[in-house]
Amino acid sequence: MIKLVGVEKTLGGQPVLRGIDLEIPKGKLTAIIGRSGEGKSVLLKHMIGLLQPDRGEVWVDGIEISRLKGRELNEVRKRFAMLFQGAALFDSLTVFENVAFPLREKLRLKGPDVTRRVEEKLEQVGLAGMGHKFPAELSGGMKKRAGLARALVMEPEIILFDEPTTGLDPLMAKTIHDLIVAMQQKFGFTAVMVSHEIPEVFGISDWVAMLKDGKIVAMALSPDFQRIADPEIREFISVGGTVPLIGAAPRS
Amino acid sequence: MTMVVHIGRTALDMIQEMGRMLIFVLSSFAWLLRPPARLYQILKQLHFIGYKSTFVVVLTAAFTGMVLGLQGYYTLRKFGSEAVLGSAVALSMIRELGPVLAALMVTARAGSAMTAEIGIMRITEQIDAMDTMAINPLQYLIAPKLVAGLIGVPLLVAIFDVVGIYGGYVVGVDLLGVNPGSYWSSIESAVEWKDVYGGILKSISFGLIVSWICCYKGFYTKQSAEGLGTATTEAVVLSSVLILVWDYFLTSVLL
Repeated sequence: MIKLVGVEKTLGGQPVLRGIDLEIPKGKLTAIIGRSGEGKSVLLKHMIGLLQPDRGEVWVDGIEISRLKGRELNEVRKRFAMLFQGAALFDSLTVFENVAFPLREKLRLKGPDVTRRVEEKLEQVGLAGMGHKFPAELSGGMKKRAGLARALVMEPEIILFDEPTTGLDPLMAKTIHDLIVAMQQKFGFTAVMVSHEIPEVFGISDWVAMLKDGKIVAMALSPDFQRIADPEIREFISVGGTVPLIGAAPRS
Repeated sequence: MTMVVHIGRTALDMIQEMGRMLIFVLSSFAWLLRPPARLYQILKQLHFIGYKSTFVVVLTAAFTGMVLGLQGYYTLRKFGSEAVLGSAVALSMIRELGPVLAALMVTARAGSAMTAEIGIMRITEQIDAMDTMAINPLQYLIAPKLVAGLIGVPLLVAIFDVVGIYGGYVVGVDLLGVNPGSYWSSIESAVEWKDVYGGILKSISFGLIVSWICCYKGFYTKQSAEGLGTATTEAVVLSSVLILVWDYFLTSVLL
């Protein structure tokens, strides 16, 4: 389980996180929603130690990771994978080499073992036969799938998704969401997903947390979250169409 | 008062930056010593920094040697000493021009590309991705480039020296009529081991400067296209200036 206690972070002189208290349930898909620029990605990067908090603690299964460095931090990171907003594929490597990268460089696997595991993951994300292509030759959706395959190949306990559907058309966004849910159910990893996709996010996540003004203002099971009465939360989630705006006049 | 604050802050920023640069290079070398060995990465970088720079280095060396032959001949002729043209060309090449010009060419060709490559990897979160996979980017990405710089630049300098000396020979002997025997014998009698040793020492340190500065600037690129442009420019300018400054200090110690 991931637990953040009083996490504060200032970037470029601007306070971004102002005391985050958050517990991510194990084996569930938790979505973090909030407006652009609220610091959702910053929050996600704290969970994997890419950023260190100015104040507060980040716990991963009983280990406080915010002050860890080098080998100790790498030990914790072995349990994680992350799908970045732009997929962050290595552009000098093919899709196959990208997915094989952690197997070859971290586990030092070679030959048929690598081929088998990579091809299996590529097939699971619907990229069978695309291994020879370079990231520049892929569409946005295919890049996300390749990124997902790379995240899954090490069979991590926790996967962090940083806006996995940004820049995709609604159909492709749904495909990626469905893929994430299917993989999460199949492998049972803990998933934390930063998303703007409302109302879709309620349909795919177990838990939803909302970040506002650098704090977690609400966290609840997905169906319960949609019934929260707080007007600011209702206004935010209504933008996506889940809750009709009261008094909003239709366009003539 | 504001002026004093400004100067103080600038000085502190510079000290902090220098400290960060030092930690960057020391950490990279420390990671190099830890397993796994990145031999393939080192060879790949050696191919990029060394082999792919050969053409431009040979071209620069040939014309530098030729112009030295030309200038040297007309200067020496005033004193009736054309016979020592070979030693003038060889000493200039081995002691100064070889290491400095080859390093500047490597900075322009490979150094700028290194900064841009690492900078793009930073902007597109590829370096973060490596971190999340528990693969240290200093070990995988930076250390091989530093080693390749340390090995590649001295080899290129050796090529530069040889080609430059032959360039001087073509102009001095073939075009201007200097005796070939005296060209080579003057080199043999004038060039000492300490000249060669000094040149090698310079080229190794220049190789480190180029790869260190260019990798550092790329690694800490700010998250924008403008940031990448600035980083690349800063890397080339700073490497070039440092090469010339360090050359002066090293020369004053070696002479």
